[in-house]
Amino acid sequence: MSSALVYALTGAALFVLGMAGLILQPHLLRKILAFNIMGSGIFLMLVGVAQRAGTPDPVPQAMVLTGIVVAIAATALALALARQLLDMNGEMRLPEEKTGKDRLDV
Amino acid sequence: MFDPMPWLILSPLIWATLAFVHGPGRGGRLAVACLILQLSLAAILAQQVIAGGVRMYAVGGWGAPLGIDLMADGLSTVMLLLTQTIVLPLAFYARAYFVGHANSLRYFWPLTGYLLAAMNALFLSSDVFNIYVTLELLGLAAVGLVALVGGAGPITAAMRYLLATLLGSSAYLLGVALLYGVYGSVSLVALKPLIAADAPATVSLAAALMLLGLMLKTALFPFHFWLPPAHGGAPAPVSALLSALVIKASFYLILRLWFDLFAPIVSITAAQLLGALGAGAILWGSFLALRQTHLKMLVAYSTVAQVGYLFLLFPLATGMSAEVAESAWQGGVLQVVAHGLAKAAMFAAAGAMITATGRDEISGIAGVATRIPLTLFAFALAGVTIMGLPPSGGFAAKWLLLGAALASEQWWWIVVMVVGGLLSAAYVFKVLRQAFLPVEETASFQLLPRMLEWPILLLALASLVLGLVGIEVLSLLGAA
Amino acid sequence: MNFNETLPLLVLLSSLLPGLIIFALPDERHGLRSLINMVGSTLQLLLIVYMLRGVMHGEEYIYHFTILPGLDLVFKADALAMLFVPLSAALWFLTTLYAIGYLEGSPHRNRFFGFFSLCVTATIGVAMAGNLFTFFVFYELLTLSTYPLVVHRGTEQAMRAGQVYLTYTLGGGALLLVGIVWLYGLAGQVEFTHGGVLAVLWPEYTSQLRVIFFLLIAGLGVKAALVPLHGWLPLAMVAPAPVSALLHAVAVVKAGVFGIVRVVYDVYGVEFSQSLHLLMPLAVMASVTIIWGSLRALFQDDLKRRLAYSTISQVSYIALGVAIFGPMATVGGVVHLVHQGIMKITLFFCAGNYAETLGVHKISEMDGVGRRMPWTTAAFTVGAFGMIGLPPLAGFISKWYLGLGALEAQMPWVIAILLASSLLNAAYFLPVLYRAWFQPRTEAWPEEQIPMQNGRETAWLLLVPPLATAVATMLVGLFASSTLSPLTWAKMIAAREYLYWMP
Repeated sequence: MSSALVYALTGAALFVLGMAGLILQPHLLRKILAFNIMGSGIFLMLVGVAQRAGTPDPVPQAMVLTGIVVAIAATALALALARQLLDMNGEMRLPEEKTGKDRLDV
Repeated sequence: MFDPMPWLILSPLIWATLAFVHGPGRGGRLAVACLILQLSLAAILAQQVIAGGVRMYAVGGWGAPLGIDLMADGLSTVMLLLTQTIVLPLAFYARAYFVGHANSLRYFWPLTGYLLAAMNALFLSSDVFNIYVTLELLGLAAVGLVALVGGAGPITAAMRYLLATLLGSSAYLLGVALLYGVYGSVSLVALKPLIAADAPATVSLAAALMLLGLMLKTALFPFHFWLPPAHGGAPAPVSALLSALVIKASFYLILRLWFDLFAPIVSITAAQLLGALGAGAILWGSFLALRQTHLKMLVAYSTVAQVGYLFLLFPLATGMSAEVAESAWQGGVLQVVAHGLAKAAMFAAAGAMITATGRDEISGIAGVATRIPLTLFAFALAGVTIMGLPPSGGFAAKWLLLGAALASEQWWWIVVMVVGGLLSAAYVFKVLRQAFLPVEETASFQLLPRMLEWPILLLALASLVLGLVGIEVLSLLGAA
Repeated sequence: MNFNETLPLLVLLSSLLPGLIIFALPDERHGLRSLINMVGSTLQLLLIVYMLRGVMHGEEYIYHFTILPGLDLVFKADALAMLFVPLSAALWFLTTLYAIGYLEGSPHRNRFFGFFSLCVTATIGVAMAGNLFTFFVFYELLTLSTYPLVVHRGTEQAMRAGQVYLTYTLGGGALLLVGIVWLYGLAGQVEFTHGGVLAVLWPEYTSQLRVIFFLLIAGLGVKAALVPLHGWLPLAMVAPAPVSALLHAVAVVKAGVFGIVRVVYDVYGVEFSQSLHLLMPLAVMASVTIIWGSLRALFQDDLKRRLAYSTISQVSYIALGVAIFGPMATVGGVVHLVHQGIMKITLFFCAGNYAETLGVHKISEMDGVGRRMPWTTAAFTVGAFGMIGLPPLAGFISKWYLGLGALEAQMPWVIAILLASSLLNAAYFLPVLYRAWFQPRTEAWPEEQIPMQNGRETAWLLLVPPLATAVATMLVGLFASSTLSPLTWAKMIAAREYLYWMP
């Protein structure tokens, strides 16, 4: 098993784990953490790809750096929103009743 | 030769930042001035593309693979032109709409500017990673706009929207990583021949991930759960921007990937599946729109339904004869343009009606026909496009799609389109009917400033006139 | 672009622009609004007279505008169009006069007149459409512009009628659209041409052509109120009288039946339709409608409802004339397009006069109206006699040619239908006339709004239009053989449609 494949599989596992968390965890903080785990999975994969040919490939490294910046921005925004929700609702979760359901106003 | 491409990205970045520093008053005026400039830039670009085909621009003179290439072809120019055309009237509208809401307006201009910069950059990007970055920026700016007015409803909607959009872009990014792993490139131009030559299973996985992520962002049924609260709950100018443009950006990417990058590996089965989801969106979205009691929620569900029409393009254009495919493709793009204009007008009109009556239920808009006929007229004109009745842009699109369906003998899509058209007539007239009902003279009614009403009419008229000048749009589309 | 090309556009603009300007006017500018209306409609009439002269001298008025590849908007003033266009324009002129009087003092008049002008524009567009696509565009525009007129009063009943109207017409429009797109797929872009254009597709696409024919007729039959697609029409009469008048006489039902004429004659070609065996079902459908409409009319006490059912029956004469193979029947059907229009608009004007002047809506309330309103009742009588088909009035001419056509085509059962229908017409009109003229008035009028003044039974603006159309009903009958009559024009059309039949 090549090291690139190890990276790739670990990355994929992290991605799936994160995705499950993002969808299934009700607590917003956990959702946000799960998103970051997903991101890490992808970055790991890219870093693995970069090492494939003897000399490191700079392009994926640059992509990971950019990705990290984007992820930080997204996380910051998510935390700010979660904080506001906490102030208003007193808890860090999305109101349950309408989640994923269509509104049937009658 | 002067190149408008980088300026289309820089201009909104600059005015967004200046608007943040200078506050909404001067910021708003600056934004309007720059938007006029951007519209001219897009028009210049369109002329250049018509005259000379695809245009490339290497940012900073670096060029791929290390630098970033910008690329403008027919499709991206149509999208750029559409974006600037919609945002300019909406900017006038927003200035009138937010009078007395200085706090919301403070962040409206900067966020809109960043949104626009991201969107223009997205349409001009020529590599899949750069597209990821613009996509993410677009999503973050859009979420910020949804949360603009604060309050439990909008913040919840914004949070849900943020999670959905992050999930979508993560899936997309994973696809990009896989593609790079296989081919060692992210450039659209470089990847295309490589995929055509040899596409291992990993590439199919990457394609599926990228498309799924984008479908989530486009709110295709059944991934539409986040859209109605976000679009219906945001202030009207924001709803208009989101429904008319933001979801179109991710749809544009699906078009790019499907017909360009992944054209060698897409299958008819997958296309039929996309079409089936589109049909589900049309029927389910229209049905739910019909059941709404709140005006903006009705319009939001209408967006869910109209997105469905866009996806009918895939079964009609994939694996069919060149002629059928072209007609379907043209119909799909016209639908993007027509719906963008009409839905912007519709949300803006809904916002104006709610402002005037002070009520956001459909039952509250009785008497609108007498008090603000201009707005209602604009709403009705936009409705004509949504219903796909002549002589509107929506009709031209439907005509082409119907023609493609008949020519390829896929009658089931015809049934969907016809039923969807009738359902949309039902929900549009549900609003119009209410507006015609008489109301007691005593009912309180706020007069609307002219600058709130005229931009709506302008947008609605544009969606109508599109039906007569569709051939111009198509000639730009086919220029490259 | 030369003058001849712009002329059809100018005709359209002469009613479209007044409409748009009126929308922008404040509601109180009554004088200005009436002026704009009258100027527009006079201008339109003048343009049309000029075009009529031209068409008689063999001029071509045709305008092309490409909106999508292989898809043109075409306006064409051919003989058939020039039968329908003058009718719409003339009746628009009269109805506008009438409406100005009728709506005196009621609210939202700019909305009313604005949509009224749009509605006429759509009708003229339908008449001058040079291909099916153009036809469809204006056909749907007609639906949209008449809806606000139907629901104008904003009452619960009007709203329900509007909803039913929309359901029927938009549903029909959808069928029509599918048919047209399908046809474009098979035959490409086809312009309306005398004698039809689809015969080249025989025999390969016969079955498809039959299905398309069915779709087209079903879509058009909704507006033409063919049984069983007629349900919306009796409900739509809740609209104000000028609207009903225009809807029944020219705009909506005529657009539907005119479409049938176009499809049979100028798309399929009457000879080709006959060879596909498409005409017989249409003839049967029209006959059923004629009888059914008359039967239902018998049992209505509401005057406008009775007239509405009568419309259902009478409009199908046109469809019947189209469906009987032979030039005589064509003449009868096509000329009835005009004749039915002027007769029915007379009747609706009069019904409106009774309602507006005396508050009389029901036939049972009509005792003695003939003495109170002799001129109106005289006009009503002319219209009713015309409908029954008494010579020498307009309706007689139509029925005469239909009968001749039926004999020519060896369809004697059609004669029976015509006779039965005339008897039924008499059965539902004569009692009305009897009450009006011969029954004495025993009680007060339900709601007398316009009192008798200097021997004038009602407002001038309400009286002149029905008298004018009543006189026209007599003139087109009396002078049917003159060179300017609708009959002569219809004969010219028939001569052009039957390529092999008539030399």
